[in-house]
Amino acid sequence: MTGNKMAWLRKSEVVIAGILLLAMILIGLVNPAFWQLDNLFGLLRSNVIIGIMALGVLLIMISGGIDVSFPAFAVAAMYLTIKGMLYFDYNGVVLPFVAAATMGALLGCLNAFFVYKFRMIPLIVTLGTASMVRGFLLGVVGTSIININKMPDVLIDFAKTDIITLPQTDGGTSGLTAMVLVYFVLAALLHFVLRHTMIGRGVYALGGDAEAASRAGFDLRKVIFFIYCVAGALAGFAGLLHSSMIWLANPRDFVGLELDVIAAVVLGGASIFGGRGSVIGTMLGVFMLVMVKNSLIIMKIDTTWQRVAVGVIIVIATAITAWRDNRAKA
Amino acid sequence: MKFSLDLRRLINQDNNIVQLIVMTILIFAIMTVLSPDKFLRYYNFESIAYIFPELGLLSIAMMIAMLTGGIDLSVIGIANLSGILAGILFKKFSDETGVADTGLSVVMLGAIIALGTGLVAGALNGLLITKARITPILATLGTGQVFTGLAIVFTGGPAIVGFPDAWAFVGNGRIFGLPTPLVLFVVIAALIAFILTRTTFGMNLMLIGTNPKAALFAGLKRERMVIYSYMMTGVLASVAGIILSGRTNAAKSDYGTSYLLQAVLIAVLGGTNPAGGRGTVLGISIAVIALMLLSSGFQILRFSNHLIDLIWGAFLLLVIALNAYQGRSSR
Repeated sequence: MTGNKMAWLRKSEVVIAGILLLAMILIGLVNPAFWQLDNLFGLLRSNVIIGIMALGVLLIMISGGIDVSFPAFAVAAMYLTIKGMLYFDYNGVVLPFVAAATMGALLGCLNAFFVYKFRMIPLIVTLGTASMVRGFLLGVVGTSIININKMPDVLIDFAKTDIITLPQTDGGTSGLTAMVLVYFVLAALLHFVLRHTMIGRGVYALGGDAEAASRAGFDLRKVIFFIYCVAGALAGFAGLLHSSMIWLANPRDFVGLELDVIAAVVLGGASIFGGRGSVIGTMLGVFMLVMVKNSLIIMKIDTTWQRVAVGVIIVIATAITAWRDNRAKA
Repeated sequence: MKFSLDLRRLINQDNNIVQLIVMTILIFAIMTVLSPDKFLRYYNFESIAYIFPELGLLSIAMMIAMLTGGIDLSVIGIANLSGILAGILFKKFSDETGVADTGLSVVMLGAIIALGTGLVAGALNGLLITKARITPILATLGTGQVFTGLAIVFTGGPAIVGFPDAWAFVGNGRIFGLPTPLVLFVVIAALIAFILTRTTFGMNLMLIGTNPKAALFAGLKRERMVIYSYMMTGVLASVAGIILSGRTNAAKSDYGTSYLLQAVLIAVLGGTNPAGGRGTVLGISIAVIALMLLSSGFQILRFSNHLIDLIWGAFLLLVIALNAYQGRSSR
């Protein structure tokens, strides 16, 4: 690892952070309400779910793949887990999250199996598995929403935990949810795995050049299964966390979320050509995307423009990363 | 890309057509056995003949994008935006008389706007892919959002209802006793097949997909070819949008979203290699008919739409596995 390369990576994230700061100042100028703690806490809260999913997508994109099935996995793991909790009348927090993550991981293995075994383009595989899982959930398990009066209280109480609570001027309080800590811990873990473990380096190697990675002694099967299972586990975990935070379990949730998450990861500097991307960049990308989407409302722009905004962000961010990659190659 | 290179060898084309025909006959036979009185009715086949052309055109569009190793995830967005823009035009021009009686000249103008939308949208995709060098997946994912987003902005959310009679004819009418969409599909499919197999442009596209480097050394103008191919994809998506809005007499930003997966599935099932270089209009046409028979059969058997989604997804994975398995045994 040369010092030069590290400096370059650092610079890439500094650029993203710089743009982020500039955007925050601009939005703050248009509407000073942006800087109110209440709004900032809300923003951080909105980062959690997209962020955790983005960590999984980052892993896949570093390896040169793409995944559009994780929202389906997330919703399946979430709905099945909560159904299970209600059925067994179970009151705990740890086991359900383990179960949801395991379900996600198993579904992720299905992706890995097809990607590895049949050498099929990940996009097509994940389109297929997403359709299957959603079809199974809605067609076999059920379509009814589990709302607040049926939701397990333990989950709601767990997700209600705040780190800081500040009194508001109107008498209420605004708190920063402790779930951001969960997100940060997961991010730190993934950062460590990617930077300092053999399997993490294998993910980068696979994205750089599969053949070279294989010749260098990386077990591609192990790496591919690791990538898709971890991404699935993160999605399953995020799914259950999401429903705990919004106090209901909707089996039709997360439709179209894949685009937001992929946009965030690309915005964070990951390249679909593989071999590039970092946890810190992705977290900045997630924050930027969430902020732009939320701020359209604060800036009094009609919400119908949200889709256009996300699309334009994807196009511009990918164009910049593509330009960067081509320049680096030249 | 490197990962899927060896897939190219895997699919033996002629074999594939025979296989598809066998599969279609099998599906037909099974559905006939399961529900003879309902499946074999004339009405069932007539309704398939009205519904399948839009999906068939989208699948051909998907195949053209795959020929150069790309994919177009924005086809649904293009189709809806085309229908919506035409619909808005008709609303503007028909204040006094009502939309149904809009004159033929305005309808032609609407068609030009719809097709133009596809042309411009496709050119945008092509430019982003060749000039900005964005991978096709992300470029079309992004533009698809933009097109769908614009469709939401223009309509504000709800559907535009009410199209001129002449427009509805494209989706509902008959030419010489045959459903107009079917006639349109056959004509367009034949035209595309001709372009792909009998013109220099088509040959070049195949070459670019088979071996980009060799194509470059052979002096092919790769970028221009790719842009043209995405423009073709865009226009085909617009035609699908015209048929869809004509058939349903409405246009909405989220119509036909399930068509995206189905178009990819049909393209792959029809023998297209997603890594580029191989694909036939005939294969797609048989595949789309096979899958329409399958899904109408399941609908007659009262399967829910969700279960049909499950089956489509499973089918896609099964096809991938079978293709790979075959390639291995014949190697």
